[in-house]
Amino acid sequence: MSQFFHSIRIDTDKCDGRMSCMRVCPTQAIRIRNGKAVIVEAKSIDCGECIKACPNGAIVPLTDPFGDLGRFKHTVAIPSPALYAQFGASILPDRILAGLKMLGFDDAVDLAIICGDTSLAIEQFLEEYNGPKPVIFNACPSVVKLIQVKYPQLVDNILPIKLPKRLAAREIRERKSEELGIEPQEIGIFYITPCPAKMIAIKQPTVGGCYLDGAISISDIYGPLLSVLESVDQSSYRESLESVCILGIGWAVAGEMHRTLKLNNVLDVFGISEIVKTFDDIERGKLHDVDLVVAYSCQQGCVGGSLTVENRYIAYNKILRLLETLEKENIEACRTKREIRERYRNKCFHLEQRYEPRPLQPLDEDLGKAIMKRKLKEEIYDLLPKIDCGICGAPTCMTFAEDVVTGEAQPSDCIFNVPSKLVELTRELATVLEGVGSSDRGREWTVSQGKLKK
Amino acid sequence: MASAHALSRTFTIKGRDFARAGSVSLEIKEILRDLGIDLVIARRTAIAAYEAEMNVVMYAETGQMELSLDPELIQITVVDVGPGIEDIELAMQEGYSTATDEIREMGFGAGMGLPNIKKNADLFELTSTFGEGTSYRIITYIDSTGQP
Repeated sequence: MSQFFHSIRIDTDKCDGRMSCMRVCPTQAIRIRNGKAVIVEAKSIDCGECIKACPNGAIVPLTDPFGDLGRFKHTVAIPSPALYAQFGASILPDRILAGLKMLGFDDAVDLAIICGDTSLAIEQFLEEYNGPKPVIFNACPSVVKLIQVKYPQLVDNILPIKLPKRLAAREIRERKSEELGIEPQEIGIFYITPCPAKMIAIKQPTVGGCYLDGAISISDIYGPLLSVLESVDQSSYRESLESVCILGIGWAVAGEMHRTLKLNNVLDVFGISEIVKTFDDIERGKLHDVDLVVAYSCQQGCVGGSLTVENRYIAYNKILRLLETLEKENIEACRTKREIRERYRNKCFHLEQRYEPRPLQPLDEDLGKAIMKRKLKEEIYDLLPKIDCGICGAPTCMTFAEDVVTGEAQPSDCIFNVPSKLVELTRELATVLEGVGSSDRGREWTVSQGKLKK
Repeated sequence: MASAHALSRTFTIKGRDFARAGSVSLEIKEILRDLGIDLVIARRTAIAAYEAEMNVVMYAETGQMELSLDPELIQITVVDVGPGIEDIELAMQEGYSTATDEIREMGFGAGMGLPNIKKNADLFELTSTFGEGTSYRIITYIDSTGQP
């Protein structure tokens, strides 16, 4: 049973169980079973750290293959602004958009302009906002998922504004179907994505519908795009730089989303481990004087996504330089503030639904039994070597103890000569489990690949 | 609370150890999450525990925090060795603080700690011997209807 769509899959032919992925996973969502990695779906936040860590390329994002355009009458590419940072400094967004068209898309639309619109809408939202503070930026799907799973009390802090790619896709579909006189479903809109997490928002949007038909990873399209960029004729794209918005390009990197906004107190945080510390503080009520927390799970923001090609620091630098260029040339394609206000008042930007909490399952639905299991978990942990060697297939001794208590692992999976006391504890556990209802296993795991050992 | 359905854990808190401050209440939060305690109750408890922990870190030399829990209630007791509180009534007032400038610089000591514990607990008892130390008893009830 797969309750939630995940954008990462393990290629068991390539996986040789080296544990690199298991060790880097920030939510302890990976186990090694029978020599192969498996993902504990309830715990995964699709951040893609494992993709970067795997030496064999065995963790594959479920993006769409590039070249699957034939099934639509008209195709449109909307690249994440992170794509603009993947090439040499002289290659500007207009040329990249033109290059996408040469690759076979009928059109390529800059997303930064809609990001810019959304930034203004966020400014407007915060001006009128009087709910729980700080508001947490919702553009990074891994951050949203982290909140739903590990900080369910903070779901009401998530910014309830539609994401630019969704706004863009909707607008494009309506406009194009009218312009070309074809059915909306005959238009294929593809997002060029820097990370697998953004796939979730397309395949299984947590909130609201999605208007995109697929996502192609930057790493897949990079090679073909690079080879056509050389031959892009300058005359064919001259006008399109005018449609790139300074406000929006900043969405690709950490710290620049709110570059030109009038926001008082914004906190920028990157990297899951730092985000976790910040969210702990928010839960304690420590950051209530901060208006907005802009958190990206990848270092340096989306330019550091696991499906990008360029070194994230170089890419970050390129975005900054691009911003300077646009500023110097006075290119400002965004709609006016007044126009955005009007649309904002018409609720164009508001999400129709709230984000829902998705807390992890407790050790047991019955509190009394959960208490017993928690005590057993601690007692088991005390008997383990506490060196987190990972050979049992769990990333830490603590997670192993938990897996034993929930029936997902056997004490014998630990290669150390654990004292007979552990066996005794396991027997005790069995009586706890048998105590009420035999099907009561505490929590249910679903794995995307392979089978969990009994 | 010695039955099989009761859990008890003791943690040591070191005064002035700001680098590790908050780790005890974080561990308590993890335990409550393992147990599936209602989100609101768990958050209230974690905040109260955090404030008490910070008080030990900021003012005391050392302290012991004990979490004990059964299906009815969560109890946190803290006993610290430290300066104690001279006037408890005054200390319970919002905005009153004896924090040093150094602690205020760090963003603490706004005089909200004790009132915040009171706000988040169903029952809060504070006793102190001036010059010796302070004890806290914080109780939150697990309302069965509040179970997720």
